[in-house]
Amino acid sequence: MAKLKLALYWAASCGGCDVAVLDVNEKILDVAELADIVLWPVALDFKYHHIQAMDDGSIDVCLFNGAVRNSEQENIAKLLRQKSKVMVAFGSCACFGGIPALGNFTNRDEIFQRAYIEAPSNDNHSSTFPQTSIEVAEGELELPQFYDTVLALADVVGVEYFMPGCPPPVDLILKVVDALATDSLPPPGSIIASEKTLCDECERKKEEKKITKIYRPHQVIPDPEKCLLEQGIICLGPATRGGCGQRCIQANMPCRGCFGPPEGVYDQGAKMLSALASICDVKDEAEVARIVDEVVDPAGTFYRFGMSSSMLKRKRM
Amino acid sequence: MNKDGFEPKIVGFCCNWCSYRGADMAGTARMKSAPNVRIVRVMCSGRVDPVFVLKAFKEGADGVLILGCHPGDCHYAEGNYKAARRIPLLKKMLGQFGIEDERVRLDWVSASEGDRFTKIVNEITAKVKELGPLSRDERGPNG
Amino acid sequence: MKRITIDPITRLEGHGKIELFLDDDGNVANAYLQIPELRGFEKFCEGRPVEELPRITPRICGVCPSAHHMASTKATDAVYHVNPPPAAKKLRELYYCAHMCHSHIAHFYALAAPDFVLGPTADPAERNILGVVARVGLEIGGEVIKHRAYAQEIQAVIGGKATHSVCGLPGGMSRAITEEERAVFEEKAKSMVEFAKFSLKLFDDVVLANKGYVDLITGDIYTMQSYYMGMVDANNKVNFYDGNIRVVDPEGKEVAKFKPADYLDYVAEHTEPWSYLKFPFLKKVGWKGFVEGKESGVYRVAPLARLNVADGMATPIAQEAYERMYQTLGGKPVHATLAMHWARLVELMYAAERLLELSQDKEVADPNVRTIPTATPDEGVGVVEAPRGTLFHHYQTDERGIVKKVNLIVATGNNHAAICMSIKKAAQGLIKAGQVVSEGLLNMVEMAFRAYDPCMACATHTLPGQMPLEVIIRDHQGNVLQTLSRNLS
Repeated sequence: MAKLKLALYWAASCGGCDVAVLDVNEKILDVAELADIVLWPVALDFKYHHIQAMDDGSIDVCLFNGAVRNSEQENIAKLLRQKSKVMVAFGSCACFGGIPALGNFTNRDEIFQRAYIEAPSNDNHSSTFPQTSIEVAEGELELPQFYDTVLALADVVGVEYFMPGCPPPVDLILKVVDALATDSLPPPGSIIASEKTLCDECERKKEEKKITKIYRPHQVIPDPEKCLLEQGIICLGPATRGGCGQRCIQANMPCRGCFGPPEGVYDQGAKMLSALASICDVKDEAEVARIVDEVVDPAGTFYRFGMSSSMLKRKRM
Repeated sequence: MNKDGFEPKIVGFCCNWCSYRGADMAGTARMKSAPNVRIVRVMCSGRVDPVFVLKAFKEGADGVLILGCHPGDCHYAEGNYKAARRIPLLKKMLGQFGIEDERVRLDWVSASEGDRFTKIVNEITAKVKELGPLSRDERGPNG
Repeated sequence: MKRITIDPITRLEGHGKIELFLDDDGNVANAYLQIPELRGFEKFCEGRPVEELPRITPRICGVCPSAHHMASTKATDAVYHVNPPPAAKKLRELYYCAHMCHSHIAHFYALAAPDFVLGPTADPAERNILGVVARVGLEIGGEVIKHRAYAQEIQAVIGGKATHSVCGLPGGMSRAITEEERAVFEEKAKSMVEFAKFSLKLFDDVVLANKGYVDLITGDIYTMQSYYMGMVDANNKVNFYDGNIRVVDPEGKEVAKFKPADYLDYVAEHTEPWSYLKFPFLKKVGWKGFVEGKESGVYRVAPLARLNVADGMATPIAQEAYERMYQTLGGKPVHATLAMHWARLVELMYAAERLLELSQDKEVADPNVRTIPTATPDEGVGVVEAPRGTLFHHYQTDERGIVKKVNLIVATGNNHAAICMSIKKAAQGLIKAGQVVSEGLLNMVEMAFRAYDPCMACATHTLPGQMPLEVIIRDHQGNVLQTLSRNLS
């Protein structure tokens, strides 16, 4: 079998997905056997014009991580789509927007104002802001345009596969590598994780979910054997796809939903809200108001990783 | 028709056993009310998944009304209590999305309360008219 | 003016491009390092519960997420005015030393080693980790992978996952470790100490034994006079996890030592319209532009800086290595940018020794790792030394602990001005009038940047890191004059 051409690219990303590929450790040599890497800015020095020079569809698989939040990222996403047979949204940012998509509770003007003017360490009396085009003594310099709204990869190009996770766990990455090596990828549109929720995978004891108070993680020391939701700690397990190995739960911390919504759920945040409200055992109007007050940041908690793929997508300013 | 010409579109989820019958009663008694509420009949206010409300806003609604049986009278015993927990939490969350509190209203209307139904419809229509249309801009002016 | 564009900069964490402008004689007039990315953490963290920030802010960087996790957790301790139990602090520091090992191993072997083991102008086909392995033996690759994996495993046991751990809470850690886990850490730490020793020896045999490399390190084009900043413990020894921040001037004299909470009195940030990343500088000296020396507020952070500001290392083998480095390079402070690679290995030694010390301390497996906060939250600063430099997290909250304001000054960002200056100086020293811009020269310009440790170092260790590069030289009208490339296939 001829070597595959593999591209890895990062948009509005932290680099964790690239590290995740390396966390396959010695199995990376199997990847090197299987594929020639034609783009990986973190590791190799291929530039944008190398990709431009390639024939359309000549890249077999492109693993694209990171959300899209500026013009350069959107342009490269489109370029890579053109040059690739298969696009994979790799990691929660590319799949759902991820943490950067929390930026959808604000916009460019507010972000710029905070970063360049308001921040207490700033020394910017001339109110200088970064510009998409600026004349300096020697010539003109350019920067990409910063968008108001963070987008998922599928908002700008067609995507064949989704690998959720922040970052995707090693066993799922190896599953994909194996599928590539044996030419046995699942049908396009597939999400490479479990078809069930995290609760199904979670090893804690689950009894009846009936709570009368919400606790924030630092307010209590949870019982490590018992379901966290049953202890009044908001855990997004019921509205989150499984397949991550329940690693956060094992560290005695609640799920924050990085694997995205489970099968059949359109909006992860709304689903979690509904689930949480269902298990609250309060009837009295004043008690309801009290427990609602204890959920201190519903939008930022239920949509922690999923703003770009949510129904409302962003805050109305 | 108001002076500005803005006529809000409001989706109204009414439960089969109480509020939908109340709406029906208002109709047969020819009670005058604003025409802005489009009614969707559900079996119980507890059936209203928060995602319905989001979808309504996404698809162009300026307001959403959810009407159920009075607490204690739910045909399914507990359904309206679930709505009573979900909708306030949803409204709090919608506030974080810039969707004003008055755009969503949960209330209780019995089958014989045609007048109450009319009053609530008129109130929410007036409130939402005042707030203006809900922005459907999913990208913002920059990009 | 002629212009050389390198876009994107590769082999670092994040995006960047370099614009070099040549005057009519062909000398480098100026160099601009533009960072085209911004995500807005300082704004979108507003409204979030502060105890969630240790799980949000690590997404700033997936190579050093643990640095953000720890700085953030310490900031939340400060916000809640809560003191974690001793076992929690030890466990955090143990976790953090493991993280430093992961990061420093990855950078040295993947990025630094090829330039020194093979040589800066060696055939690019060889000048990568595979060439290093061929030169020094196949075992090395396996040992590198094994020890970085140990470091990741330790973090994963404590924090749930190595990348984007979840264990940090105001007042402690989410779980304690068991005695069995501690014993496993101890074994891994012992192996790490041996590996760190071996790495220093490798540097000795391959770099320091070679006069050409020593000349390169001490040469003028890679030298820059600046202030230095780093965290030190109560004895003024390097500490990654906790302490006060010390600043020394280009002559090595202490000019400041401050508590994390007072950072705003010492550090300010300058903005240029051609980069999304700001330029921190020393407030008391002032921003004088991209210039070297005592009058300029430009300062540097990360391994060399940390060693320059400290009086020594807190563990014995690292201390020996520290003394040897300064003896060889002619005393303190050392301004040679390439010496960062050596300093990084000295730090690896310390991180490994400290990892062993902590994993041999039975208290680190004590079950009491949480103090529940009771005070009303308001404001706090948490600082750690990230692998790439001093990292500041500053949060203000309301009385319920919901974030009102966030200010972050992030590791590599501290070095932004210095990196620009290093690139310019190297380019000016290497690209002269009438000279053709050669491939080896391009690599040597890159070396000026690379020494600061671009974050994604660990990515390169198993791939043919030949640095294929294309440089397009255009005249002022944009017409292509010359195209140079290497290793493009």
